[in-house]
Amino acid sequence: MRSSNTCGSSVGRIYPDLPRLVVATVAAAALSGAAAAADIGAGDPERGAELFARHCAKCHEVGKDARNRAGPVLNGVFDRQAGTAEGFTNYSKDMLRQGRDGLVWSFDNLDVYLENPKNLVSRTRMNFRGLEDPQARADIMAFLRRFSDNPRDIPEAAPSVNVDYAALAREIGVDPGVLEIEGDADYGEYLASECTTCHRPDGEDDGIPSITGWPEEDFALALHAYKNEKRPHPVMRMIARRLGEEEIAALAAYFRRLGEQSER
Amino acid sequence: MKLERRMFLAGAAAGAATLAAPAVWGAGGGKPKVVVIGGGAGGATAARYIAKDGKGEIDVTLIEPTRTYYTCFFSNLYLGGIIGLGDIGHTYARLASDYGINVVHDIAIDVDRAGRTVTTAGGDKLAYDRLVISPGIDFIEGSVPGWDVSHQDEMPHAYKAGTQTALLKHQVENMREGGVFAMVAPPNPYRCPPGPYERVSMVAKILSEKNPTAKILILDPKPKFSKQALFEEGWQNHYPGMIERIGPDFGGDKVEVRPDAMEVVVDGEVNKVDVCNVIPAQKAGWIVHRAGLTEGNWAPVRAEDMASRKDEAVHILGDASAQGDMPKSGFSANSQAKVCANAVVAALGKGKKFPARFSNTCWSTIYPEDGIKVGATYKATPEKIAKVDGFISKTGESADVRKATYEESFGWYAGITKDMFG
Ligand SMILES: Cc1cc2nc3c(=O)[nH]c(=O)nc-3n(C[C@H](O)[C@H](O)[C@H](O)COP(=O)(O)OP(=O)(O)OC[C@H]3O[C@@H](n4cnc5c(N)ncnc54)[C@H](O)[C@@H]3O)c2cc1C
Repeated sequence: MRSSNTCGSSVGRIYPDLPRLVVATVAAAALSGAAAAADIGAGDPERGAELFARHCAKCHEVGKDARNRAGPVLNGVFDRQAGTAEGFTNYSKDMLRQGRDGLVWSFDNLDVYLENPKNLVSRTRMNFRGLEDPQARADIMAFLRRFSDNPRDIPEAAPSVNVDYAALAREIGVDPGVLEIEGDADYGEYLASECTTCHRPDGEDDGIPSITGWPEEDFALALHAYKNEKRPHPVMRMIARRLGEEEIAALAAYFRRLGEQSER
Repeated sequence: MKLERRMFLAGAAAGAATLAAPAVWGAGGGKPKVVVIGGGAGGATAARYIAKDGKGEIDVTLIEPTRTYYTCFFSNLYLGGIIGLGDIGHTYARLASDYGINVVHDIAIDVDRAGRTVTTAGGDKLAYDRLVISPGIDFIEGSVPGWDVSHQDEMPHAYKAGTQTALLKHQVENMREGGVFAMVAPPNPYRCPPGPYERVSMVAKILSEKNPTAKILILDPKPKFSKQALFEEGWQNHYPGMIERIGPDFGGDKVEVRPDAMEVVVDGEVNKVDVCNVIPAQKAGWIVHRAGLTEGNWAPVRAEDMASRKDEAVHILGDASAQGDMPKSGFSANSQAKVCANAVVAALGKGKKFPARFSNTCWSTIYPEDGIKVGATYKATPEKIAKVDGFISKTGESADVRKATYEESFGWYAGITKDMFG
């Protein structure tokens, strides 16, 4: 019963004309925790309640007597560590991992996540394409904030359909063109020898996540997100920092190929 | 098909071990030949990658005396009762069956660099176009007065894993109630900078479970050590009052041991101890000295391909090499081996050379679910392997972060051993 599969599929781009500049600034501030308090005031909680009902309520409950459903209860989501909603057992491995690595639902992080969940959590189960309109996100957060003086909790769902990779790339501060780079899988194989000291090529994922067989764009986005310090894990930041765009593309191509080989 | 191949290789390896007369292998034969001495973190990885990337066009022979290699990494966790000895033992079966490597269980006793051959104790003479040596460490005689290798039963080093580790574990577990465990820590540079302190943590774990009034005494010639603040914080949390460390300011650098009397003399003062773990000062494994490739205690290498500064046809990996900024660790040896393998395959005309890149991360366990780590990335410069960037765990981290780090270390162990042995 994954009713969450339809969550947000009708959302698309509600206010396509609004300028993206707020997004850019917020994304730049993401995880720095700096901007939070001032920005929250900008949202309209009444409108947020409507938007919540439209986009979120199929999977999430909030308020008195709220229960976990396909997604966790959103009471107390602000400042909660990702993947820690009480009693919620349906988190993706990725969400749990990001939480352990230190991802906390600050205003900024929640904003980046709501714009497109895959931004922060590659394989989140939250099947929500995201809200491009910064005002809509601010409104929803203004609404959610009523149930949260002391942050706790956030959504989850299955991989979204029709991912807008270009938007994702921009949100983590990279030129979407980097996702078009044709990776040299042979070079990637050499570079991958650095990855396989920890990550198992056969896709085993005890303690260290599998990176085999990912769609190339997801792989590249994840590495760019580490490189630009949008994801917290210190080892991965260090590794990604010295990978160039070509090298990231090469690795993405190699690990995709590896996944195809092992499926055969 | 695979089965036939395996049978053929098994036959070849057995043949090598039983050949009585010296034989120069494949002299004048078609494929280029690589001989690898030492099947540890550096050597096993190099052999596997050269065989894999050579795609059957390079003859790879691996010389390693032990049939089961016990990793030093995670041997402390065995000491602490977290895993079993079997969990850290690995055989060379897949390197032979899946990668076509000739695994020769023997000891290299000489290298003729002019004639490009390696002689084994069993009497074989193996020709090479490229030689890779990753023999690990040996101890410097006389570095701890009163101790030499003949005392390793009374005062184990357990700095080469296997029976030594099992012996030390046995001694710790059977120590007199309220007894003293002493560790003579090594001076820099030595293999695995956090290793002795992770070991202290694991010994403390056992003692706090079985013998809580026992004490641990560290005699340390170094003023400071790897991840010191993190270890000291962890010891305070998990083992309050159990561990005492005497640094060089109080004579930790003037230590003599008396294995027969089980005494440790610190700056003239005699201490009776119950278990004594002596980790002497270290140097490159004997064979690289024999081959004339060392300067002082270690074998200098070029960063870009790990080739010896004294002989371009010989590459030296891991603990034995003097390469620059990387710590002597299994992770480092594995990382260097992959750079070396790429360079060797390219030099033999069987692949493309890519720029060298190195990295290292060392995890340590202070207590189950309390893991810490330190790591860095490195690049090749003309002078040395130079550090680029690094990170270290922080004191006061949350239990969740420490648990994740601990779990990660198990993932890493599974990853690196797969990377070494296939
Ligand atoms: C207690 C302890 C904990 C450690 N923990 C970690 C850790 O958590 N992470 C980490 O990365 N590193 C760790 N290390 C360090 C790591 O074990 C070494 O740095 C690593 O094994 C070095 O690899 P190597 O190839 O240079 O030598 P080794 O792995 O020691 O391999 C050398 C091999 O060469 C063989 N050999 C030697 N001479 C000859 C000869 N003449 N002919 C044929 N074969 C020969 C030996 O039998 C041996 O198998 C630890 C070490 C210790 C002691």
